[in-house]
Amino acid sequence: MLGDFELLTLTSNLVLGMLILTMMLSFIRLVRGPSLPDRVVALDLIGSTVAGIIAVYAVANRQPIFVDVAIVMALVIFLGTIAFARFVEKRITR
Amino acid sequence: MVPETTPIVSLILRTATRYVFAVMLLLSIFLLLRGHNEPGGGFIGGLVAGIAFVLYAIAFDVESARTLLRIEPRVLVGSGLLMAAFAGIIALALGDPFLTGEWATIPIPLLGDTYLGTPFIFDVGVYLVVIGITLVIVLTLAEE
Repeated sequence: MLGDFELLTLTSNLVLGMLILTMMLSFIRLVRGPSLPDRVVALDLIGSTVAGIIAVYAVANRQPIFVDVAIVMALVIFLGTIAFARFVEKRITR
Repeated sequence: MVPETTPIVSLILRTATRYVFAVMLLLSIFLLLRGHNEPGGGFIGGLVAGIAFVLYAIAFDVESARTLLRIEPRVLVGSGLLMAAFAGIIALALGDPFLTGEWATIPIPLLGDTYLGTPFIFDVGVYLVVIGITLVIVLTLAEE
């Protein structure tokens, strides 16, 4: 039988694996993406995935401090995507 | 057809910004206040506050972000530096080396004793400098 701690380790390893897979897939889209908006969305997804990885790491290592890092990361990535979107719009209307 | 000269505005972004802006400023003060004993501090707090103003400048425009800030960002840089230097001079006046942390115990009713020291004043100075520098750079670039 799995104890609580083993279950937590198993789950967090599984989730980390999935997140890394997400990151690889979105990196492929970032490199190949036919248009600029594709690349912007891929970059946003990578950033959100990084925030998710930090959060899972915080849970797995029982370090609640890292959750704040994830919050700040998510805010920064949000702003980056908005700035990118603005430049894309400017480029289209020009 | 949208005419090509229409300014780029997004109602969704503007509405979201009103809420996110307040949350970001709150988060920045939270990061500033707990910076002494846990991760955080003036630098990261100032960055988050600067990002909040940049977001406001993107969602609305640079002019309204400036009026929201009320103080010229350059003034923030100068006053922050003065504040940090002042924190060092307090230690000098008490006979210790420059920038030594001096702590005072402040009794607050119902909450017990609280410690307030010159590192906090220094951190607030760093906070103001970082907000100022970020906004000087970003707003100047955005106005071009």
